[in-house]
Order: sequence, then C-alpha cells, then structure tokens
Amino acid sequence: MTPNGKPRTLFEKVWNSHLVRAQSDDAPAVLYIDLHLVHEVTSPQAFSMLRERGLTVRRPDQTIGTMDHSTPTTPRNELGVIPVSDAMAARQLDTFTRNCRDFGIPMYALGDEHQGIVHVIGPEKGLTQPGMTVVCGDSHTSTHGAFGALAFGIGTSEVGHVLATQTLLQNRPQTMAVNVNGRLGDGVTAKDIILAVIARIGIGGGTGRVFEYRGDAIRSLNMEGRMTVCNMSIEGGARAGMIAPDDTTFAYIHGREHAPSGADWDAALANWRGLPSDDGAAFDKEITLRADELIPMITYGTNPGMGIPIDATVPAPESENDLNRRIALDKALTYMDLQPGQKLLGKSIDVVFIGSCTNSRITDLRQAAKFIKGRKVADSVRMMVVPGSQQVKRQAESEGLDRVFRDAGAEWREAGCSMCIAMNGDQLEPGQYAVSTSNRNFEGRQGKGGRTFLASPLTAAASAVAGAVTDPRPMLAGLT
Amino acid sequence: MEKVKRIRGSIVAIPVNDIDTDQIIPARFLKVTDKQGLGKAAFCDWRYLEDGETPNPDFVLNKPEYQGASILIAGNNFGCGSSREHAPWALLGAGINAVISTEFADIFRNNALKNGLLPIIVDEDTQQQLFSLADEDPTTTLIADVESQTLTLPDGREIRFPLDGFSKYCLLNGVDQLGYLLALDDVVTAFETSNPQRVMTTA
Ligand code: SF4
Repeated sequence: MTPNGKPRTLFEKVWNSHLVRAQSDDAPAVLYIDLHLVHEVTSPQAFSMLRERGLTVRRPDQTIGTMDHSTPTTPRNELGVIPVSDAMAARQLDTFTRNCRDFGIPMYALGDEHQGIVHVIGPEKGLTQPGMTVVCGDSHTSTHGAFGALAFGIGTSEVGHVLATQTLLQNRPQTMAVNVNGRLGDGVTAKDIILAVIARIGIGGGTGRVFEYRGDAIRSLNMEGRMTVCNMSIEGGARAGMIAPDDTTFAYIHGREHAPSGADWDAALANWRGLPSDDGAAFDKEITLRADELIPMITYGTNPGMGIPIDATVPAPESENDLNRRIALDKALTYMDLQPGQKLLGKSIDVVFIGSCTNSRITDLRQAAKFIKGRKVADSVRMMVVPGSQQVKRQAESEGLDRVFRDAGAEWREAGCSMCIAMNGDQLEPGQYAVSTSNRNFEGRQGKGGRTFLASPLTAAASAVAGAVTDPRPMLAGLT
Repeated sequence: MEKVKRIRGSIVAIPVNDIDTDQIIPARFLKVTDKQGLGKAAFCDWRYLEDGETPNPDFVLNKPEYQGASILIAGNNFGCGSSREHAPWALLGAGINAVISTEFADIFRNNALKNGLLPIIVDEDTQQQLFSLADEDPTTTLIADVESQTLTLPDGREIRFPLDGFSKYCLLNGVDQLGYLLALDDVVTAFETSNPQRVMTTA
C-alpha cells in the first residue's frame, strides 16, 4: 500500500518504482527499463541510428541478444553448424552479430547452446524476474508478465531509445482485471483460457490497458501456462499482461543462471512478496470467466479474436449487426474458405505446427508427446515440432521426447520462431490448413495463402493423429 | 524527424476492420537492415496477384483514380499485431502520410507518431461518411491540421481529433524523442544510483 494507505495494483507498484520522471501535462512518464531483449529483425535500424549519432549502449549489462525470427530450424551439418541459405537472412544475422559485438551486448548466436526465441530464453535463464520492467522490439514481450514483471513490446525507434538511455517515454496505461475462476477440466489448457478471453473481449478489447490475470484458475497454472496466457495479451490489444508472483513463480526462478542467490535471494524474495495487488485495489475495468465452463478453443477466422469452443459452428456474417464487423467476418470466411454454420471438428488439415513463444516450452512438448506416444501422425499431415530454445531442445531430447515425435512421423527441428512468422522458409503453401499452437492467424501469417487454426498443443497433437480438427478430450483416457 | 504541421491530400479507403501489421507489410519483407524501399511491400498480399508482382487491378490502391492519395481511411482498430516499425515505414514509403480510423493499436500508434505518420481518430459516423466520400469522389481532398487538431472535410466541416500534447509538440517542431531522453542523463544516473540493479549482468 501507499503511505496514505490507498491500495495499489501490481501494475501500479511496478510502474511507480520505475519512474525516472513522472508523467505531466506536457510529457509522458520517463520509465526506467531493467531488461532489454534484442533480436535480429527489429534492431538493425536502431543500431544504425546509434552509429549515425555517435552514441553508445548505456547498459549493455542489462541487454541481451538472441537470434530467433529469421533463423532456419533445419538440421545441423556435419560441422554442427546450422546453415543459413537465405542470403538476406544471412546478412541480417551478420549485421546483428557485428552490432552486438561492437556495442558490447552479450548475444546467443544461431546454434549456441543458449539460443532460442527471445521470450523463451529470458525466463529460462532467470533474467526475467518479478517487479522488473522488460522490453523488446517484439509485441509478445507481454510473455514476461507471467512473473509479475511489466513487460511490453516496442518499435525500433524505441529500441534505439532504450539502447541509448535505458529509458522510455510512456503514457500511463489503464488497468483491467481478467478474473478466471474455477477448475479447468481435463484436456483444457492455458491456451484455451487465453483464446476464450480474446474471443470474449475482441482483439481491440485491451487497447490502452494492462491486464492483470487473477483468480484460482490462473493461480493453479504452472509458469509455462502463465507465460502462454500473458503471451497472448497483445492479441487482446493489451501491450502487457501480468500475473502476481507467488511460490510457483519463486520456485521456477530459484537456482537459474541469473537468479539472485544467498542473501540476495532472501532480499529479492522479501521485495517480490510485496508486489501482488493489495486487497481492494481498484482496476479501471474488470471481466470474469468461469474456467470450469471452458472446453478446448480453436479459431476459425483471420484474427485471434475469431475463436470458438471446438464443438461450436462457424458464425454467420448475417448474425453480425455491425456493418464493419459483418464485412470483416465475411472476408475472413472467404479467405479461410469456410461456410457459416460449418463445424470445424472433422475439418481435414495439412499441417500441424507445435512451437512459438506461446507453446514451445518443455511442458508444452511433454503434453503433446504424451498424447502422440504410441500413435501415428496421419499420412496426409506434415507435423513440425520446433522447441523454443536450444535448452528446451536438449531437455526434451534427454527425456526422449524427440524420439516420440519422430517415431510418430513428426519433424523434430532446431529452435526458433519458425512457422509462427514464416520468415525462414518454414511455411504453409497457399490454401493449406494448419492447426498451430502459435498466436496469430492473420492472413498469410504462416505463409502466403496459408490458413491457420490456433489451438493448444493437445488439440494440435490430437488433430495431427486424426488428420482433421479434433477434440483431444475423448482420446485422453488413460493418459493422466 | 521532419516537422509535420499540416497534411493536405486526397483520400483512399480500405474499409476493413482490424488491419494487422502482417497485412500492412508481410514478415518476409522484414529481413532488411534499413528503412528504405519498403513502400513497394505495403499491403503486398492484397496489392499484387499470385506472382507477387502483377498489380491486382481490383485492389483500391492500384486503381488509377486513387493514385497519389496520401490519406488512408481504414476500418476499426488499425495496426494491430506485431510491433514492427516497418509498418509505418512501408506506409510512408507508399506515399501515405495520415491514417484515419476509429481506433489504433497502441504500438502502431506510437511507431507512427515517431515517424511523422499522423494517426487520426474519428467517430464511426465520420468514418462511414469518409468511406462514402472516397468511394463516390476520388478527388476528395482533406486537410489535417496538427496545431488545431482538426480534420477539414470538403464541405468545410471541421472535426477535432485527439493528440497528446507531447506528440503534438514533437510533430510541430520535428523533435525526436531520443534527444529529449538524452538530455535527462543526470536524472537517469541518479535513478540508477538510488535503485539497486535487478539483474547484475546479462553476460
Ligand atoms: S515465436 Fe512468433 S510471436 Fe513469438 S517472437 Fe517469434 S515470431 Fe514473434
């Protein structure tokens, strides 16, 4: 609480403790940034700007680089190197290497044992911690909010600002409590929670706001599930989503490479325990969902808000009263080649993608592998499994998950963003349908003309086996 | 950044809600290391046929009567999706200096303002009226004035649009925000001295 006793939210506590200068009528707040993650795609123009103006990176010790977006996920060659065949990607990666070296920023290059998707490596190395401000030139930076950090995506100009000054100009956002109460049923996951939230509020529902996910269904998620939820906050329009840190959070962080230790750990813990929103803290807006009413979710359209329970039918444009929305839905169904009233269950698919910063962590892979074990991927389906980082890949291999996927007929790849963004050659062909565990189903996102159904790793695995969109729940018997 | 005081131009409408940054510029064009030449890639998958080169004659930006348009009127919630600043770079490269919508995604709006691309928020009635105007008369010209925060319609009606004071100051004076932050060096140092570092090193 504040000295005058006014209850504060988690967001307010983190925001206030990072104010280098408070917001005024004339200017936004100046916010201090604890951790800056950089990658090859949104940084080159920022580094060029530093060079043009003769500036240095203020805090290379609070900055970390990794290669992820445009990197190939194809196998290593006999020298243990992952070859980059795309000349433009190769040049971008070289530029990134040179920039990090020249400006003294630690960086994990392609194939390095720590390399991976930027939002997977921050948490797994213990860099992401409660109460921090974390930014990256990537909208899914919201992922790190799972630790009770204020984490959000920025543009390339802002990447330059943070590199040069470790600060950002920000107008204070509003807050929105997203309460998820009750117990999730078997086969219903964190991904289904967030797809249901976005279907409810729409993709602009969180614009100008920071979410705080609350309620016992959120508390009962492990850190990886919480990251899945926070990851897609931006898909609801919110730049950041946060979850109050608790013992689950602390247990995850403890002992990781960059986590505090000894007396520092005790001090950090005391601080972190004070972060959760105070009783009675006010949010600008609030919504509530019942977890026990959720079933697996899937999207049918061309934005993540176009989601339905997996057994529901595709909505009809005529049922939309708003003209703009009717046009949008009509356009989406044309692109997806779906009919109003059609069921997605049983719709045959061509590709299954398990990966991305939403669902490529070890528990995601374990869930999918447990399901796939002893089963076969349908002949008509190409299934790709892309671990989020080299560390996840090693862990999965040490548990034999790679064999499970391979034996079932899936591809087991190197770490990276891969078909989530289709910059690296991993992509859908025009007209193909995919069930994907990633976060965006925009037109062409996974390859020009490709059509994406977003779903959980369990739904993706079940659909891979059946060769069609499938509810995983009836096939779960005996798996838990 | 160049000063932006007033934008006067003809209009073109894409009456589609939720135009995301993957439509504004598909990810395959993000392998560049500079900002130049992205105009060609703006709305690429809508603008060209299958081969990626032949202009799609049905897409509004390719119609002869809309060539030279510099003010884009879009459906609700423009610019959602990724943080890529390539989106405003591509729009500016394609000759678009202002976008009118009922709402903008936060990151896109921030990125646009930093590049002198003006995001203009209007209500739905005005938006619909502008869609019709663009459709009926491609020569329609609008004037957006930053100082008075007004959009002047052909019938002389003036519509006020929101713009925060700081962004307005930066646009009018061609000030870039980095200069502002760099001048706070001492304040940042003081903050760093009085607040313990959270991560000792990323190395
Ligand atoms: S996995 Fe996809 S969403 Fe995540 S950082 Fe990579 S491209 Fe962005």
